[in-house]
Amino acid sequence: MANETNTLQTQDVEKQEVQVAEGTERTRPGRAYVPRADIYENDESLVLVADMPGVDHDTLDITLEKNVLSIRGTVEMANPDNYNLAFAEYEVGDYERNFTLSDGIDIDNITASIKNGILQINLPKAGPAKARKINVAVS
Amino acid sequence: MFRRPFQVYRSQNPWREIDRMQREMGRLFDDFGYAPRNRMAPSFPAINVWTNEDGAVLTAELPGVNPEDIDISVVGEILKLTGSRQPEELGEGAKYHRRERGFGKFTRTFQLPFAVEAEQVEAVFDKGILHISLPRAEAEKPKKITVKAA
Repeated sequence: MANETNTLQTQDVEKQEVQVAEGTERTRPGRAYVPRADIYENDESLVLVADMPGVDHDTLDITLEKNVLSIRGTVEMANPDNYNLAFAEYEVGDYERNFTLSDGIDIDNITASIKNGILQINLPKAGPAKARKINVAVS
Repeated sequence: MFRRPFQVYRSQNPWREIDRMQREMGRLFDDFGYAPRNRMAPSFPAINVWTNEDGAVLTAELPGVNPEDIDISVVGEILKLTGSRQPEELGEGAKYHRRERGFGKFTRTFQLPFAVEAEQVEAVFDKGILHISLPRAEAEKPKKITVKAA
């Protein structure tokens, strides 16, 4: 049905499913996927960017407990009425991922925003962790 | 031809039997590979297509793509979807710790099972998901034929 040329890699398309601990089950039906994320650092903060298509402000849940930042996004199945699925390349499911933060994060000033299915979390560095210039004394 | 009905059948060539068995096994495992969980999207973006007799709905996950950067064109039964995903703009001195998200240009062309009423194609971009509704051309719709009693 489809033929294509592209520059984005095939591995960028596949969703990775969340591995649940043995003996446990998910409380919600359907699958959960690990959102792809980028983390970069600038002078003031660490920035986490994650792909979460289908998640918005109301269905996103971010918690921080004992240095573990948990991101959860619930996605409602939005199947068009009176249509039958004829061809499928991706599956719809929730998103879950945890990150461990280092001590150098100012946890009171973490901010997050979501737009067009992209979550951005700003993790400001705590005072002492900011880059310091060390003067070398002339001997 | 003279036949010996009570003789046990023996294959002329035992290798032929092994060959056949190997083919059978291969086919069996190929069927497992077809399970939906192992299905792989050929390229970005992955799409889902929903159909009924009035048309089709195509959805694609395009998180972070600017709606202005998505280009959709429909000619007859060919749908072309092009666009680009921009990389994050990093300030001076910033560096990546982890990089999993891809970016770049993408083009995909699909052949639909019917011609589309190009004037009535609608596309909505919401929460990073693109929905394209593709109504079937009026002339192409199946006609219901009533059977008259003689």
